[in-house]
Amino acid sequence: MNSSSNLPRSGFGSLVLIAAVLGGGAAAFAYTAGWFSPGRLTPERMIAALTPPGGAPLGHRRNHAKGICFTGVFEANGNGSELSRARVFERGSYPALGRFNLGTADPNAVDATVRVRGMGLRIAAPDGEEWRMALINPPFFAVSTPQAFHDLLIASGKKDPEAMKTFIGANPEFATFASWAKTAPWTASYAEEPYHGLNSFIFTDANGAEHAVRWSLLPATAVVPISQSELEKRGPDFLEREITERVRVAGPQRWTMVTTVADPGDPTADPSKAWPADRRTVQVGTLVVQRIEPERDGPCRDINFDPTVLPRGIRVSDDPFPAARSSVYRKSYDLRAAEAGDYPRTEAAKP
Amino acid sequence: MNNAPRRFAPIQRILHWLMAACITAMLFIGVGMVSSVAPTYLPLILIHKTLGFTLLVLVVIRLALRLHYGAPPLPADLPPAMRLGARLSHLALYGFMIVMPLLGLGMLWAAAYPVVLYGGIQIPALLPQSDRAHTLLWGAHYYLAFAFFALVLLHMAAALFHALIRRDGVFGTIALVPWRNRTTPAD
Repeated sequence: MNSSSNLPRSGFGSLVLIAAVLGGGAAAFAYTAGWFSPGRLTPERMIAALTPPGGAPLGHRRNHAKGICFTGVFEANGNGSELSRARVFERGSYPALGRFNLGTADPNAVDATVRVRGMGLRIAAPDGEEWRMALINPPFFAVSTPQAFHDLLIASGKKDPEAMKTFIGANPEFATFASWAKTAPWTASYAEEPYHGLNSFIFTDANGAEHAVRWSLLPATAVVPISQSELEKRGPDFLEREITERVRVAGPQRWTMVTTVADPGDPTADPSKAWPADRRTVQVGTLVVQRIEPERDGPCRDINFDPTVLPRGIRVSDDPFPAARSSVYRKSYDLRAAEAGDYPRTEAAKP
Repeated sequence: MNNAPRRFAPIQRILHWLMAACITAMLFIGVGMVSSVAPTYLPLILIHKTLGFTLLVLVVIRLALRLHYGAPPLPADLPPAMRLGARLSHLALYGFMIVMPLLGLGMLWAAAYPVVLYGGIQIPALLPQSDRAHTLLWGAHYYLAFAFFALVLLHMAAALFHALIRRDGVFGTIALVPWRNRTTPAD
């Protein structure tokens, strides 16, 4: 009121400036949030692409939704210490918690319909650090980039047969994976599968030297191929029953952890490109799966196997997937935690 | 009241502008990182966690300084509504500064994520994994961030209003450099 008479001559200019600061700030914020960039690949869009036509698996992981928990130990033989100063590579036994799973968004999928099997694993170091990872059984990934993975999900979800042809045209690396899917043996046990980390990481040794590596868990159990149709006859949940029975009767199951060290120039940013077979490998220890537990109220149910939760001595490389997986897994965790009421628990939810 | 300071102490002014820059960065990093799957997601989230914890420490120091030094009085001719608005908005700003890092920490704990800051500094978990607690804390952290940003904008608008239009000396109490107002002899 009376202050208006005190307004300096630049009063209007000042108001415009204030409005510009507010508007500019809000617009910059909205831009950073991606609200002006509908084409940006966000965790939400990746999860939308993973969602089956029947709807999201409420309360479940948005991918690898069907699984079963295990507990055991990682027995480090000490050889890994030459590559990484992470405590889990020092000779010793470290608690391990994990989950065998199927690469599907359907928690009720029939085992024989899912080509990709996986393992989520968490190894605890005595200094409170953790090494989490998520591995699958193909020895290389289907595509080169997170965007291509998104496009693959979209194309494979379409009824139009041209969609996949167009996708493969744009992403020829998929042909290698398709040929693996056709020719690799099916097995009737989670215990007969190798699990590959696929993404490259950087190990830092005690001297500070860095080594680009990938790792795999190779089964001690011999592979007994079975046809897909034969597996189907054994029932929709055969794999869970089989691994439970196997561990109960035959005892702990073992996998050797093998790290492969890249030569200079090997592709570290593209998990669809396997490194040549003659690369140096170091056996760093053995995963011993001692106990199988149902996923419902099992110890793995509430763990997000985010592959970027790493101990000191291991860090991400220029491979773009771990960051993308971390961001999408987090979103998936946020969603399923919020939908806990929809998960078929056997006990009341924890407060 | 007579011995109330005319300006905030230099350490208070420095802390104000340092935290202003960091909080603005935090809000932009937060909203940017959750909408990205790019490799920058990982360094951004590391900065967000480290800076958030640092800001929690800084706001405690700042409150202690505020209790010690006090604050300059508002101009006597400030209308009561603006006086109330100033008081409430500052209370809310301090509230956000304290609550936001705690909500962020809590939501990580409730998700059973190890909290590792820049340099490998680990913050031990004080909450067990809990879907319900995570959902509540995550929702509060996310939605309050937008309210915080709105309040930061309002605070900036009020600051500019004092500095450019009312020229009543309020901005000068926190400015790093001397700020001329209408009671200062012009020219």
